[in-house]
Amino acid sequence: MNTAEAQNHGAKKDLVVYVCILALAGIQFLIAYQDISVSQMFVRMLVVAILEGALALLFFMHLWENRGLKWFVVIFTVSVILGMQYGWTDSFRLIDGAPWAK
Amino acid sequence: MSQAEVTMGAHSGLMEEPTFSVPAKKMAMWLFIIADSATFAGCLFAYGFIRNATPNWPRPFHGITNVAVMTFILLTSSLTMLFGVRSAQRGDKAGAFRWTMITALAGILFATLHIREWMSMIAEGANLFHNPWGTPLFSSLFFSITGLHLLHVTGGVVALIVVGLRYQGGRYKADDLEITGLYWHFVDLVWMFVVPLVYLLNLAH
Repeated sequence: MNTAEAQNHGAKKDLVVYVCILALAGIQFLIAYQDISVSQMFVRMLVVAILEGALALLFFMHLWENRGLKWFVVIFTVSVILGMQYGWTDSFRLIDGAPWAK
Repeated sequence: MSQAEVTMGAHSGLMEEPTFSVPAKKMAMWLFIIADSATFAGCLFAYGFIRNATPNWPRPFHGITNVAVMTFILLTSSLTMLFGVRSAQRGDKAGAFRWTMITALAGILFATLHIREWMSMIAEGANLFHNPWGTPLFSSLFFSITGLHLLHVTGGVVALIVVGLRYQGGRYKADDLEITGLYWHFVDLVWMFVVPLVYLLNLAH
């Protein structure tokens, strides 16, 4: 594959990824109109957002092409997000322990 | 021959390999993105904790048209940025400049729609300290999170215009455009999480 063909192939790939991300964004908007609880809606939307973000990171930001950097970013991000989960229990305690909760 | 090899001559072997084989400027942008993603994650987690711990959280949004259009514009701007970088990589200077300016214009359009939305909310009595639909925490968090994102979009637009002009003038290279593109994609990525959490979960049913 010469440089021009590689560029053309790359542009096609960008377009496919863009359409996929657009479709996933559309799914998020559809979920917003589903008759489900907020927690279910939150989980579904978050899953779709993670998929969108992964596509953008891997293909728009070309993380897919750099193995070392990819793992560095993944491990760091997952660690930060796991660390932030620490506060959830307290937010539940606030609502369950509040006088208006019972 | 690279500048380092010219400067170091026979001692160029002493130069350390770049981290993850990524050039220093690009690595600096990645480190900034990682740090900034922690900032946004902190804001969104704080929003989640407070939303979860607040009874009768308001759901004031009645339509999705504006946020859907804003999302479409921002996602499309990522594609135009990619086209700009690809044009620069194959040496098409005019094409790269054109696509970069289209991306900046999309950013301006996004910011305009965002400010228009803010104005309509402010007109209804919402601000950082007051919320006509219930707990003031909603407005505080809404304006803080979307404001932080809007600040990033504004910075991105300025960066795109400056780097685009300097690239066209020959002072910057395709790599510089690619690095600015990385930042723009990150702004787009953050919006993918802001929309469901801040807008769609607060849609009135």
